[in-house]
Amino acid sequence: MKFEGTSSYIATEDLKVAVNAAITLERPIIVKGEPGTGKTMLAHEVAQSLGAEIITWHIKSTTKAQQGLYEYDAVTRLRDSQLGDEKVKDIKNYISKGKLWNAFESNKRPVLLIDEIDKADIEFPNDLLLELDKMEFFVYETGETIKAENRPIVIITSNNEKELPDAFLRRCFFHYIKFPDPDTMEEIVNVHYPEIKKDLIQEAFKIFYDIREVPGIKKKPSTSELIDWLKLLMTDDVDAKILREKDPKKLIPPLHGALLKNEQDVHLFERLAFISRRENENLE
Amino acid sequence: MFINFFFDLKQASLPVSLKEYLMLMEAMNKRVVDSFNVNDFYYLSRSALVKDERYLDKFDRVFGHSFKGLETSEGETEKEIPEEWLKLMGQKYLTDEEKKMVESLGGWDKLMETLKQRLEEQKKRHQGGSKWIGTGGTSPFGAYGYNPEGIRIGQKESRNKKAVKVWDKREFSNLDGDVELGTRNIKVALRRLRKFAREGVESELDLDNTIKSTAHKGYIDVKMMPERRNKIKVLLFFDVGGSMDAHVKICEELFSAARTEFKHMEYFYYHNCLYDAVWKDNNRRYNENIKTWDLLHKYPSDYKVIFVGDAEMSPYEITYPGGSVEFWNEESGETWLTRLLNVYENAIWLNPIPERYWDRISSASIIKQIFSDRMFPLTIEGIDQAMRELNK
Repeated sequence: MKFEGTSSYIATEDLKVAVNAAITLERPIIVKGEPGTGKTMLAHEVAQSLGAEIITWHIKSTTKAQQGLYEYDAVTRLRDSQLGDEKVKDIKNYISKGKLWNAFESNKRPVLLIDEIDKADIEFPNDLLLELDKMEFFVYETGETIKAENRPIVIITSNNEKELPDAFLRRCFFHYIKFPDPDTMEEIVNVHYPEIKKDLIQEAFKIFYDIREVPGIKKKPSTSELIDWLKLLMTDDVDAKILREKDPKKLIPPLHGALLKNEQDVHLFERLAFISRRENENLE
Repeated sequence: MFINFFFDLKQASLPVSLKEYLMLMEAMNKRVVDSFNVNDFYYLSRSALVKDERYLDKFDRVFGHSFKGLETSEGETEKEIPEEWLKLMGQKYLTDEEKKMVESLGGWDKLMETLKQRLEEQKKRHQGGSKWIGTGGTSPFGAYGYNPEGIRIGQKESRNKKAVKVWDKREFSNLDGDVELGTRNIKVALRRLRKFAREGVESELDLDNTIKSTAHKGYIDVKMMPERRNKIKVLLFFDVGGSMDAHVKICEELFSAARTEFKHMEYFYYHNCLYDAVWKDNNRRYNENIKTWDLLHKYPSDYKVIFVGDAEMSPYEITYPGGSVEFWNEESGETWLTRLLNVYENAIWLNPIPERYWDRISSASIIKQIFSDRMFPLTIEGIDQAMRELNK
């Protein structure tokens, strides 16, 4: 089993090494990086390229570790007991399996995506420590031990909202997806829009990377925003010439709404445009 | 086999553990990557040993240092001399000692010659090289030629451009922990200060208790419990005006992070040092101030106290009555600070000035002493340590 990237996902060399290490050693891999660099996509692509089933577990601020294992529905059982339902005699009827259980049960090695683990409470990763290490857990209600038949490939994403505990990190591989350089970015764009014009890409990239460099910008546009913007440029059939426009009056790029998602950033940009216009007038 | 590398990492205070080292060995053993390829080994060890992007830059530096002079067996044909070379040349001038070292390697004339030869080769293969091959004989290049290290880098670079570049590029340098500070990071640091307790209105269903009670009584008996909350209580004191103007941004960030993180937080402003009054609104500080005595009486001693200030002033402003630059203070700043510290056991001082300058500012040393060394720099690291201290 080796991950080599797919036709729809450009994986850099270091990412491939990290993923393959995690697959071979059967250990979780933690993927971090700026928003929009394809962290969640990675799990889907790994699953696709290995032909494995993907099980996703999206973490929210209220998610508890126990929910990933199983939940015991005591309230329904309580109600059933009052109504004299036959079901009440078997506790198994009230245990609903969590994502981890599903992954452990799978008869072919699945990919388990634990998405945005940092959203949960600070203790959440610690609660899963043993379960992910040993790939087994104990169900108290029925007294059975659930053990993974095929250790799933565990991919964990984090947006860095909370620090993860050391003990947890020590058991995982780690990869930080850095923002792609223009060459990689071009490959990525080509994967999404093979028919896009070369000169349009070039001009659009210049603007895109320039915007990212603007000092004081609050939210830097990311890969997914670039992809959206290019799509808009293509549907509107914007010519590369317009992007090349050096006239400071048109300094704000067309359809900038796709790139700048924050009104402060738009203001900042307008102000910069205004300053450069005034400077130009002074020169004249 | 890589034990030295591991210790180098430890020495550079990267948080690596034996478990991670063993994991790397296991991966090498299972041939995750081709073990003769340095690039792959670099990627693998990075993935196994570094668990936080803050340390990536440090790791790159240590890796570069530990495996200096390491050459790869592949990619011989790839020849290109990058522009960094030129820059390096200008920077490096050798001492006599180093020149002797070159001599022992066969004399620098010979070395220069080989280098020139190599450059000639480059010219044939690459257009990029032509620009500065011509300058090969001139003085900056001569300076470079002296340098034994320079020549060695040359070999590495020309044999395989990628091999050194990957970690020498130091792409992650701006993720280094001591540099970056944003509210999100501050929040993460402030989260260290947590103490959960169930107190107040009973608003959540207590399932376990309900079941127990229901089984006991034979009918559904719903039990409730209060929500789990962080019950840490904090008093924040901000120094405003004067020399603090330079640190406004970071104080704003700290303030906004603290406000979302702590439910029970009170903040006050002071100038330079704590005296008999503080205020909550900078526009009305002379009309609406709060007597420090009232403050000490109002907030119980389980509040944690955080002072934020550069502690940069004349020492008299702390130690003498009447030392304040703004008004006549009956009692010295030191008296007031000690009074406050007597009430609140958990108190720390955060200083936006880098730690290495504290000793040179006598007022900062005095305050540090009053706070019995509980002064921390206003960086992520510093806040982190400070919160641990407050948790004690």
